Amino acid sequence: MIELFSEIWQTARRNKLRTSLTGFAVAWGIFMLIVLLGAGNGLINAQMENNDRYVDNSMMVFGGMTSKAFDGLKEGRNIQLDNNDLAVTQARFTQNIDKAGAIIYENAVTITVGENYVSSSLRGVYPMDQEINKKKLVAGRFINDIDICDQRKVLIISENQARELMPKDPRLLLGQTIRVGDLAFKVVGIEQEDKSRMSTDATVPFTTLQTIYNRGNRVGRINFTFHGLNTEKENEAFETRYRATINRQHRAAPDDEDAIWIWNRFTQALQMQKGMNIIQVALWIIGLFTLLSGIVGVSNIMLITVRERTREFGIRKAIGASPASILRIIITESIIVTGFFGYLGMLMGIGANMYMDATLGSKPIETGLFTTTVFVNPTVGLGTCLGVTLVLILAGTIAGLMPALKASRIRPIEALRAE
Amino acid sequence: MIELRGIHKTYSGAQPLHVLKGIDLDIAEGELVSIMGASGSGKSTLLNILGILDDYDEGDYRLAGTLIKDLSETRAAQYRNRMIGFIFQSFNLIGFKTAVENVELPLFYHGVGRRRRHQMAMDELEKMGLTDWAEHYPNELSGGQRQRVATARALVTRPKIILADEPTGALDSKTGVEVMELLKKLNREEHITMIIVTHDPNVAAQTNRVIRIKDGVIE
Repeated sequence: MIELFSEIWQTARRNKLRTSLTGFAVAWGIFMLIVLLGAGNGLINAQMENNDRYVDNSMMVFGGMTSKAFDGLKEGRNIQLDNNDLAVTQARFTQNIDKAGAIIYENAVTITVGENYVSSSLRGVYPMDQEINKKKLVAGRFINDIDICDQRKVLIISENQARELMPKDPRLLLGQTIRVGDLAFKVVGIEQEDKSRMSTDATVPFTTLQTIYNRGNRVGRINFTFHGLNTEKENEAFETRYRATINRQHRAAPDDEDAIWIWNRFTQALQMQKGMNIIQVALWIIGLFTLLSGIVGVSNIMLITVRERTREFGIRKAIGASPASILRIIITESIIVTGFFGYLGMLMGIGANMYMDATLGSKPIETGLFTTTVFVNPTVGLGTCLGVTLVLILAGTIAGLMPALKASRIRPIEALRAE
Repeated sequence: MIELRGIHKTYSGAQPLHVLKGIDLDIAEGELVSIMGASGSGKSTLLNILGILDDYDEGDYRLAGTLIKDLSETRAAQYRNRMIGFIFQSFNLIGFKTAVENVELPLFYHGVGRRRRHQMAMDELEKMGLTDWAEHYPNELSGGQRQRVATARALVTRPKIILADEPTGALDSKTGVEVMELLKKLNREEHITMIIVTHDPNVAAQTNRVIRIKDGVIE
């Protein structure tokens, strides 16, 4: 093995310029591949971060408008979800549904503390809302079951609002009773700012809001987490069953797809994943084609090398080199040239990715409504690096194969005659 | 040592060329033989067949009792490596390897380990009086020195026969004489069978036996 490498070192040294020019093509190909994959990952990660704001295995249900006449009623009726629907959701689908809750909104209330006030909307939620929407608290606690049961007048305020109401030390709001419209609520928690949207909601127990604002048994939307639905097919089947049940509650046709709207975050995530995979495959293909031109270059140079060294190979064969040993020399040289410069390109690509991460990756774009980053962590993982290494070895072998076969077929008498 | 029986060789082509037309030849162990003939007489072809560099169409060739016929390339390379040492007119040293590395090369293909290989090559160079030149590249050596390196390379595997193709052809007369003296000495002292192809009568005169080839047959 050492012999093989020192042989290759001896020959590569003789043709520095040629070797490095060829190597540059390979390095460039790999560089492009890594940069493309890194940028792709950046986009994908940014998208993933958006998705990360809520739990994947959850659904949200809204009331809609019937599109079919059914049971003596004509189409075009508005469907209003209510407490019964929530109860049915909780009771009949225990096989798949873990926790179900509901959300109800009251728009435009004024929250006042001393001289400061903010305009806000109120969200009435169940405790499971924290899990489903991944709410994080800066201080205090979220809505709990007792709040729901007792219809307590407690409030979780956003960090944003807290700063408006008590600029000096927002945390002091915790435990205070503040005015919400004409009523008094106790602040039990401060919710962490979510960078993706302006938090202008204050959160209260669902039952409290429903009672205070005279909603009867009406519900804004129902949300729930589920388990055991792993394929698109299973999800569809579940949605059909669920839809039929809720539709029946409202005397709508069981197969009426417009009576209620179901937003399944899981299938959405599945589709997103599919899209991401397609992007990734496309990037690999583009990168590999760039690399291909480099490989052709290496192959070309190796052919010239073989021609130049015809006599040498003839001598080697005359003194006992087998065709396989000649083949090995050329292919190994090809792999080493491709591998060495490929790694150089890979390192440069990783460097470029780090630069991208340091500039674009950390610079959020302020849209006014929300902030976002185009690239999040635009780098490639260890797996990609290993994959690229494999590609390099393969590429080197392919590039060297033709020239190597040619070299191994050299006949010593002809090679020695050629002068 | 060498037994040729009815060797025929035809080069195919637009006009097939019948080069060897039934060669019968025996060379005993320890002989110093020269092969002479005009160009086109078939002596190079004969040498190539003896050196297992080329195959033949008819007949039998036995080298040290082994039938050399229809070998695969790998097998032929193995036999060349084990049984035959070549000395060429133009030396055919590898330019980017030092003298000692050139001498080591056959041992590398023989599968000898690195340290032992180096030692054997150095011993061989010492016999040739080239110890001080071991780390020099071929283009730093004189013609005579190069041919001595080539001779060391041919001898280092202890082959059954040495095939020398015009070994003095590229050397001035004085150096040529030196090289011939060296080959004769090797033949005398180490009993190595040696076959020298030449068209120089002076060289041929120094061998035990002269084989003349004309038009593909031995005269």
